[in-house]
Amino acid sequence: MAKNDDITRREFVEGTAVAGAAAAIGPSFMASSAAASALSSVQIVDGASEVTLQVNGKPAAVTVDPHVTLLDALREKLQLTGTKKGCNQGGCGACTVWIDGERVNACMTLAIMQEGRSVTTIEGLSESDELHPLQAAFIENDAFQCGFCTSGQIMSAAKVIEAGAPETTDGLSEAMNGNICRCSAYPQIRAAIRDAAAGKG
Amino acid sequence: MQNFSYARPDTVDSALSLMADHQGAAFIAGGTDMLNRIRDGVSAPGLLIDISRLDLAKVSKDKKRLSIGALTTNTAIAENHIVASEFPLLRDALLSGASPQVRNMATAAGNILQSARCPYFRDVMSACNRRDPGSGCSAIGGTSRKLGVLGVSDQCIAVHGSDFAVALAALDGTVQTVRPGGERCSIKVEDLIRLPEDRPDEATMLAPDELILSIDVDRALAGFSSAYVKTRDRASFGYALVSAAVALTLDEGRVAQARIALGGVAPKPWRARGAEAALVGRAPTEDAIAEAAAQAIVGATPTEDNRYKVDLAARVLTRAIKEALA
Repeated sequence: MAKNDDITRREFVEGTAVAGAAAAIGPSFMASSAAASALSSVQIVDGASEVTLQVNGKPAAVTVDPHVTLLDALREKLQLTGTKKGCNQGGCGACTVWIDGERVNACMTLAIMQEGRSVTTIEGLSESDELHPLQAAFIENDAFQCGFCTSGQIMSAAKVIEAGAPETTDGLSEAMNGNICRCSAYPQIRAAIRDAAAGKG
Repeated sequence: MQNFSYARPDTVDSALSLMADHQGAAFIAGGTDMLNRIRDGVSAPGLLIDISRLDLAKVSKDKKRLSIGALTTNTAIAENHIVASEFPLLRDALLSGASPQVRNMATAAGNILQSARCPYFRDVMSACNRRDPGSGCSAIGGTSRKLGVLGVSDQCIAVHGSDFAVALAALDGTVQTVRPGGERCSIKVEDLIRLPEDRPDEATMLAPDELILSIDVDRALAGFSSAYVKTRDRASFGYALVSAAVALTLDEGRVAQARIALGGVAPKPWRARGAEAALVGRAPTEDAIAEAAAQAIVGATPTEDNRYKVDLAARVLTRAIKEALA
């Protein structure tokens, strides 16, 4: 690219004199000549490899190519099919799981990128044979029709409740904006979340 | 998804070395833009260098600057107390974008570097000069309702989809970068994303082996009255049709400083200096605000499909200025 043509648009910060000043305000990083030795320790994974995750509290090893998403690894390798594949592009939320306790779209990350991390799926939401209060509240409120989005809705809603569910309809809808329901059961979904948040699940 | 090799370096140095040694490699962090591009066949990196575990995910400040580590998640920035107290505009812009699930993964630098929004860019069956130089532009003369009206060219009319970058452009934000060998560079966010002109394939100012370390904002701009107003086709979780970021200060009833940028209208975050000049030194009357709004859209070249964006941009900016003053 014609990068040199744009040199006047860039403020170059070169040399050790200013590198120190930049390091003081930026994230810690020291330009060093140790790059070559550091490289030797980086393994390039080319083809299938074993990736160990912590899934629903237990270690789970899967053998996957680098391009396999976390969603596909959960569904196809670990047979945890409660997590659904809807749009497969981060737009619908049917694949919502928790990674290290944060809700994410399992279709938008690679299994290999999550090596060693803790993954929770709908199968691991309730720690006993009893329904989780949100699951019970969804049934009680008839908060689904086809049910395809439901596990994602519930995994997302649990984090909304954990953070303190917004009181207004708009606020709750915004907090749940990453979970689409094509049957449009939104009023019932909001009612279920409110019930579970109030301990009525 | 096509296959690729994968590496997860644990230092910036080793990430840069890997990039220097592997042509066609790409960095991946949050992955929310990159994986969709690979799935759609828009990008085909031979090696993905996973930088997501590098130690670049902190928000800090010194006397002069707020510094947001490149790998800080959108959620972590939005929840950061320094950001909330000094630059609520950044928080408001971030929270207007995507969903909590995506914000939990998407990183600061990845958000800014997200690829262009255009249905033809994402569809490999369509002509696209940005994806396939010289192939033409299916958007021009095609369906262009959501596409650009400012800064576009006869080669490309895509828009940039980042709300965060719009707020950063208004606040004169910069990215601090490094390349193999240690060369460092500071680039204004406003300049980082290039206008398409006759080379829409050159999307950013970054060299292929250049890595963003942090995004910095001058704290002299902290505490400005600000607002981020965004319009979209649905109430939430959508790219902007038009958005406006406004930060200003008043002195004895007159606008002392004004920073304004628009989103959803151009191939990059669009700084509206004409609008700023129309406000500075004047009392923010209806007339002054109307003049600023008119200045913001000077030079617009809409298509039949997206002509509405010109008027909408003026209205969104008018509302944003009023909200910032309220």
